[in-house]
Amino acid sequence: MTYVLNLTINGAAQAIALDDPRVTLLDLLRERLHLTGAKKGCDRGQCGACTVLVDGRRINSCLTLAVSLDGVEITTIEGLAEGETLHPVQQAFIEHDGFQCGFCTPGQIMSAVGLIGEGQAGTDPERIREGMSGNICRCGAYHGIVEAVLDAQATFQDGVKRKTA
Amino acid sequence: MKSFDYIRPASIAEAIAAAAEPGTAYLAAGTNLLDLMKGGASRPDRLVDITRLPGLDGVDRLDDGAMRIGTMVRNADLAHDPAFARAYPVVAEALLSGASAQLRNAATVGGNLMQKTRCSYFADPAAACNRRSPGAGCDARQGENRSHAILGWSENCIATHPSDFCVPLAALGAVVEIAGPAGSREVALEDFHLLPDETPERETALERGELVTAIRLPPDAAGFAAHSRYMKLRERTSFAFALVSAAAFLKVEDGIITEARLALGGVAARPWRSKVAEELLKGAALERRTFAEAATAALAEARPSGDNAVKIELARRISIRALLLAAAGTPSRLPALPGSPLSSQYGDLANA
Repeated sequence: MTYVLNLTINGAAQAIALDDPRVTLLDLLRERLHLTGAKKGCDRGQCGACTVLVDGRRINSCLTLAVSLDGVEITTIEGLAEGETLHPVQQAFIEHDGFQCGFCTPGQIMSAVGLIGEGQAGTDPERIREGMSGNICRCGAYHGIVEAVLDAQATFQDGVKRKTA
Repeated sequence: MKSFDYIRPASIAEAIAAAAEPGTAYLAAGTNLLDLMKGGASRPDRLVDITRLPGLDGVDRLDDGAMRIGTMVRNADLAHDPAFARAYPVVAEALLSGASAQLRNAATVGGNLMQKTRCSYFADPAAACNRRSPGAGCDARQGENRSHAILGWSENCIATHPSDFCVPLAALGAVVEIAGPAGSREVALEDFHLLPDETPERETALERGELVTAIRLPPDAAGFAAHSRYMKLRERTSFAFALVSAAAFLKVEDGIITEARLALGGVAARPWRSKVAEELLKGAALERRTFAEAATAALAEARPSGDNAVKIELARRISIRALLLAAAGTPSRLPALPGSPLSSQYGDLANA
C-alpha cells in the first residue's frame, strides 16, 4: 500500500508517496529527500543528532513515523539560512566554537532554535543546559554551545526590540 | 523492524473497531513504541494512529472542579500550560524532570501511562523476560538489577514502571478514562498498572482494544498547590529515568498538616502511593522527625530484588527531602533543574 503525504519542508510544499509505513521522518529526510543535515546518531531518541522542527517544535525525527505526519511543516538545518546569510544561531555557534567534529551540530542548532522559541530558559545558563540535555556532544563542546545559545537569544531579542521600537 | 499495517481512523469508534484484532497497538507519538519496535521487543502487526482523532487534546476544568487532560496532550504543553501548572505544580515538575525537551514535545499523556518498563532485559529480545514472553524466565533476577523494584515485585518479574508523571497522579487520586469495545469505563490510576505476581505480561488494566482517552484529577487535587514537590534521584542530572523519586503534597494550617499525600516512583511496577505514610502525617507538625517516620513507614515492606538494597534507603531519603521541601513551600517558579536534589536554589537545604 502507498501512503501519500503532504509535507511542507523548509518552506516548499511536497506530495510524497511512501511505500512503507516503517520509514521514520529521519530516514525520509536523509535517504529519500537527500536532506542529510539531520544525523542518525543513536536512532533511539537518546542523542538528539536527528532533531528537526515539526510545526515549529523540536522533536527527535528518528522516533517519529513519517506516515503519521501528513500535513505538517518541517524545518531542517538546510532551511535555516537565508541564501548566504546564516541564521543567528548558526552564526553564534561559529563565533563561540559551539562544536568540534560537527556531527551533532545540526541537531544542536535545531534544538537551540526550538529552545529559544519555547521561551522558557531565559538567560540562566543552567536552564539552557537543562533545556539542551537531549543533545549529546561527544567532543564536549557544551560550554561553547551554551554561550552560543545565550548570544543568539540576545540577538533575537535585539531584533525584536528594533522592530517594535 | 517487522512490517506492519498502518491505519488512520477518523473517530474513536473506528479506532476501537480497528484495534479489536490481536497484534494491534495504538500509535500516539510513538517515542517509546518505535524504540521497542526497532529493537524487536515489540512486534505489532498493525498500528492504529490516534494522533488525528478529534477531542483528545483538551486540558479542561470541569464544572465540579475536576481537571480533565486529554490523552493526546503533549507532555510539554501540559507542563507549560500556565493555569494547569499553577494548580498542579508538582505534576508540571514531574513532567519536566523526565526525558528531554524533544521527547516532551512529542510524547503524550496517554503514552506516558502506556510506556513500558526500561528493564534492559525486557528491551532485549535475546534475553529471557516473563513480561515480554510469558514463561520464558527472568534474566534480570541474576543480572544487572541495581535499578529494579523494591516493592510489589514477584519471582517472575522485578521491573519498574519508569514514569515520573504517574507518581504525582497516583498521589492525587487521578482517574483514567477508557473507551473500548464494551463502552466507556474508569479506573483509578493507582490500579491502572498491575503488579507482576504470576502474570507480569499483564501490564495494565486495559482489555484488548481499549484506549485511554483522558486522565482526570479529582476536585480535591487542586488544594495542595502551596506545599508540594517532586524529587527524583537519577544517575545524571538530566535526561535519565528515576532510580527513586517521591511526590509529596501537604495541606498546612497553623503549622499543622491537615492532609498529606505521598507517592514513590521507580520502586515498583506501578507508582507507589503510601496511605500509611499519609495517615501518619495527618495532624502532625512540620517536623523532620515526622517526615522521617512517614518515609520509613512508606518503605516498611520494601525488600531488595537483587543488588539494589541501596534503593530502599535512597527512597526513604528522597521522601524525606520531598516532604521537607513541600513543607518549605512550592517555589514560585519551577527550579532550573526540575525534581533535582542537586539544584542550587535552596541554600542549606539544597544538598542536605
